[in-house]
Amino acid sequence: MTDSIRQQFPILERMVKGKPLVYLDNAATSQKPQVVIDALTDYYSRYNANIHRGIHTLAEEATMAYEATRATVKDFIGAETTEEIIFTRGTTEGINLVAYTWGRKHINAGDEIIISGMEHHSNIVPWQILCQEKQALLKVIPVNDAGAFALEDFTALLSPRTKLVSIVQVSNALGTVNPVKEMIAAAHQAGALVLVDGAQSAVHLDINVQDLDCDFFAFSGHKVYGPTGIGVLYGKKDLLEEMPVFQGGGEMIKEVSFEQTTFNELPYKYEAGTPNIADTIALKAALDYISSIGKPAIRAHENELLEYATAQLENIPGLRIIGKAAHKVSLVSFVIDGVHPQDAAIILDNLGIAVRTGHHCTQPLMKRFGIPGTIRASFALYNTKAEVDALVTGILKTIKMLS
Amino acid sequence: MNHPSIAEIEKEIIEDFSLFDNWEDKYEYIIDLGKKLAPLEEVHKIDDNKIKGCQSTVWLTASYEDGRVYFKADSDAVIVKGLVSMLIKVLSGQKADDIINTQLDFIAEIGMMSHLAQTRSNGLLSMIRQMKNYALAFKTIQTAGQ
Repeated sequence: MTDSIRQQFPILERMVKGKPLVYLDNAATSQKPQVVIDALTDYYSRYNANIHRGIHTLAEEATMAYEATRATVKDFIGAETTEEIIFTRGTTEGINLVAYTWGRKHINAGDEIIISGMEHHSNIVPWQILCQEKQALLKVIPVNDAGAFALEDFTALLSPRTKLVSIVQVSNALGTVNPVKEMIAAAHQAGALVLVDGAQSAVHLDINVQDLDCDFFAFSGHKVYGPTGIGVLYGKKDLLEEMPVFQGGGEMIKEVSFEQTTFNELPYKYEAGTPNIADTIALKAALDYISSIGKPAIRAHENELLEYATAQLENIPGLRIIGKAAHKVSLVSFVIDGVHPQDAAIILDNLGIAVRTGHHCTQPLMKRFGIPGTIRASFALYNTKAEVDALVTGILKTIKMLS
Repeated sequence: MNHPSIAEIEKEIIEDFSLFDNWEDKYEYIIDLGKKLAPLEEVHKIDDNKIKGCQSTVWLTASYEDGRVYFKADSDAVIVKGLVSMLIKVLSGQKADDIINTQLDFIAEIGMMSHLAQTRSNGLLSMIRQMKNYALAFKTIQTAGQ
């Protein structure tokens, strides 16, 4: 199966430094299948137009394609209506949107926001800014040695002052899958809302926001085989209705006078200015592509690679895997005695192998493990066991060269 | 003392590198340079001397004697340290003006420009800027003293 999948990703034919590319940095961004690339060129070649306003054929076609993506996203994450699907630039903007609108309105002095110790900086900094401004308290769920936390460690932090829990579903640095459904139930019981950072989870896990009952869910297009610069924020309709607007401009208004402006209805209320039309349209192609293969099949393949890689890497003397949670997806993070991650990345790059090294924008998590960073290999549906073998061989060579 | 010029040392390094016909030899040489560079004394590994990259850190100190600038440096990553070692070989002991004006063409010549382009990850570019700043500062102080 993988052979025919690989043929759909033209970049995988590339040579890097004279060697075939082994792309294992999928948690940073995934490569794009030809259907996504085609969707972009098709839009620009055939029906590029501004949407929602123009009364001409091109504008109508572009508007229809743009809104078709919204419907596909709705199904992809199991939302109730397309009004709950807001297009953003990515996960980071989605989180910031909630912090700047819902947060500014509802967080007061003494209120509490809970995050976990394995959050990406994108799910730390917006809340830090908000808490500083409002004299609110940011509480952090401690992470254990396995790179996970028990549900009790979270529920112990809930209090009558907890207004929001913002939690990553899958850790970008460790691969840990967090028990968000149980957390959401507990948070709701305590009267708090929950935002789920789905940047890493949306591509691997079956997402159903109604079943999860999360209040907000944010993810990025470029990590689900779609283009960069397009993301999605889901919010429950009643919340989105009552939240203040984010940015002002075109698209998001109903009527404007110099005295007063009335705002557009959902979802346009949060989409000021000409949106990222091309990338939004191509996002549909990416989501359709995932659905055509099926997440269970993709997950089975990726989990097989993860198990295979974990077993092989554990055999390497001096190598230590960071993040050994019982429930993980698709990535393995590790350190090697006496090897700086950056040095390893340079050697591996010369072998055509792309991995991510460093703190993965999770500096507090790295501090918790007492390491400056890790080497991270993350897998996608087009990766193969032969590529895992190449990684292992590359690491052995790295150790040899550096020691 | 007849200290070789920046251009002379650069030429020497370029000649050394021309002997390597594969990347392994080249990097093994850089790694070796990194390992051989005397570690900076712990007292100098302070925040004031730190040039923090996103992934690795460089420490740099400088002193000034008889119109020449002397550098000592270290890094926690060995390949970066090897590159640091070459920068020290080229720039340490040179006249302030020469340090300020050099383009360090040897870096491109030996195929190491990509490591400078990674400005966020290793701090090497910041290190070169800092070396030039030191040279400028020493020169300014000296000129003011005259």
